[in-house]
Amino acid sequence: MSMASSWHKYASPAEASRRRPLILRTDVLIFLAILALVTLGATLMAQSGLISTSFVKTLGKTLCLCLAALAMDLVWGYTGILSLGHFAFFGIGGYAIGMWLMWDRTEAIVQSTLARGPLPATDLQLQEAIGSQIFGVVGASDIPWIWTLAGSLPAQLAAAILVPGVIALVFGWLAFRSRVAGVYLSILTQAGTLALSLWLFQNDSGLRGNNGLSGLQNVPGLESVPQSTLSLWFLWASAVALGLAYLAAVWLVAGRFGSVLRGIRDDEARVRFLGYEVEHYKLAIFTVTAMVCGIAGALYYPQAGIVNPAEIAPIASIYLAVWVAIGGRGRLYGAVIGAAVVSLASSWFTGGGAPNVNLGIYTIRWTDWWLVLLGLSFVLVTLYAPKGLGGLVDLWTEHRARRRTGDLGPDQGALRAEEEQA
Amino acid sequence: MSALLEVSGVSKTFDGFRAIDNLSFSINEPELRAIIGPNGAGKTTFMDLVTGKTRPDTGTIRYGELSRDLTRMSEAQIARAGIGRKFQKPTVFEDQSVDENLAMALRAARNPLTVLLRRPDTEAGVTEMAARVGLGGQLATKAGILSHGQKQWLEIGMLLAQEPRLLLVDEPAAGMTSAERERTTEMLVEAAKTHAVVVIEHDMEFVRRLNCRVTVLHEGRSLAEGSLDHVCADPRVIDVYLGRPESAEAADA
Repeated sequence: MSMASSWHKYASPAEASRRRPLILRTDVLIFLAILALVTLGATLMAQSGLISTSFVKTLGKTLCLCLAALAMDLVWGYTGILSLGHFAFFGIGGYAIGMWLMWDRTEAIVQSTLARGPLPATDLQLQEAIGSQIFGVVGASDIPWIWTLAGSLPAQLAAAILVPGVIALVFGWLAFRSRVAGVYLSILTQAGTLALSLWLFQNDSGLRGNNGLSGLQNVPGLESVPQSTLSLWFLWASAVALGLAYLAAVWLVAGRFGSVLRGIRDDEARVRFLGYEVEHYKLAIFTVTAMVCGIAGALYYPQAGIVNPAEIAPIASIYLAVWVAIGGRGRLYGAVIGAAVVSLASSWFTGGGAPNVNLGIYTIRWTDWWLVLLGLSFVLVTLYAPKGLGGLVDLWTEHRARRRTGDLGPDQGALRAEEEQA
Repeated sequence: MSALLEVSGVSKTFDGFRAIDNLSFSINEPELRAIIGPNGAGKTTFMDLVTGKTRPDTGTIRYGELSRDLTRMSEAQIARAGIGRKFQKPTVFEDQSVDENLAMALRAARNPLTVLLRRPDTEAGVTEMAARVGLGGQLATKAGILSHGQKQWLEIGMLLAQEPRLLLVDEPAAGMTSAERERTTEMLVEAAKTHAVVVIEHDMEFVRRLNCRVTVLHEGRSLAEGSLDHVCADPRVIDVYLGRPESAEAADA
């Protein structure tokens, strides 16, 4: 398409920018540049010892949370489906990759231990040893069926994406087909999330109950790579995933598809009368974003080192919505800003980074009071700044636009001129 | 001329209230038809039934050469089959620009995958339609900041952009200035040369200008049908309108 030649037709620079090839749009370029700068800066600082490995991991994890928030923004901010279960998909992604990490590493350890015995170990012995290593903690040694493919990295990677996808597809099909929407859908997703986490808490779920999967920071085959290097690899992988997902999301919401999504958010019935099958669109976006959350989780938990059912608890999905609300719904960078700011602030406050405030009679410990602060900011943003932090960007661009073009003058009306003639 | 839409023996009850009572109605293609009637006569419910928003308790609604049963189709399927609707209150996507609103309505594939992957250039169609409804200069304007009349026009543009065979238009002239009304009349009469157009209207003067066959709806039933003068002379119609604001105009006839 020869978009470049038609720029002059559009009144404002903003309009021209809107018609540019997506990857060259100003907001996309700024986003990618900032992402690259952060990643590159963190790498350089880590290599010169200015920031610790654990901080690199925090950054990498934050990028994964931003990715999940991006998905949440697509499903909620753009399409208006307030899913309070998308963090469950994130957790499932983590479990899927965690199973391979744990299995492969345990298998290697068990093999080297058995190799010291007088006789070569049989397959049965190997299985039993792995079983008791992994499941001894919940008093079992049989290997549950879910672990059938745990030894295969491609299978578990596929599971990290496909299991959330299939669950979302089935759940969404049932819910959207019966036109469950609004708060009822939110409650349903929340209930599903609760059910999943309760099931995972059970020892006989086959996923080690409340112990979850641990030791995930050790990647089999990469034992010789120090954590300081590995953490940078994951940071880069997370950054690349976020960058690509951002581009994909920009592409998704641009054009008629994006219009239909926002139309569904604002007036679902009207979209139907235009001939669009609203349910198909909802199902598509619900499923795709669930898979994106699966990918985000698969990248997050090897950096976190442990995944347990508490991660999937309903509150986590609510946090996801809070991040997107604080960052600004319905704009992609808003979700990313929200997730980054709130989760980094969260680790600063709860990690003891914030100094306690001594009021004489009472000392505010931020480790206890952070949630109050977060809740308060959520309420304030909802009441007074529905555009969230992303709204600040609007203020800036509007200010610039006003300086450039001046006042547009009074509204002329479509037929005012003709009426005067009549 | 053959009947494009054939509504026969349709009834719909809401919580014991008979909104539509054994109603039969048919419209040819092309034809212009006005539906008038006092408040609560079932005019909007009638449109809801045809567009699939509500399902009739009894009766059939058949459409097109294949006599497809609309009562078994979803709203979106009905819309794709060629039935377009304009709401009483202007219903446009306020958060989106005029060109986005029109692009969404423009006749093209509707399924998600095609919409996402094949992105036909809608610019020409959108520009043309915007010019047709007097919004050529406001392509990038958010629909939410348009005036009431402009929103009406945008919605009419969206309706035409769908290229429907049957246009259901609910009080198109509401909130319009006299020049805008005149233009709406022209547009509807023009559209009715090739399409089936059903106009619901309170304003008798507007109906008179449409100069078409009129169906009078009362308590969910078709009370009279014919030219405006004919139905206004009908004693039952006079009865129904007696003491209502429209009665003065009806009596004039």
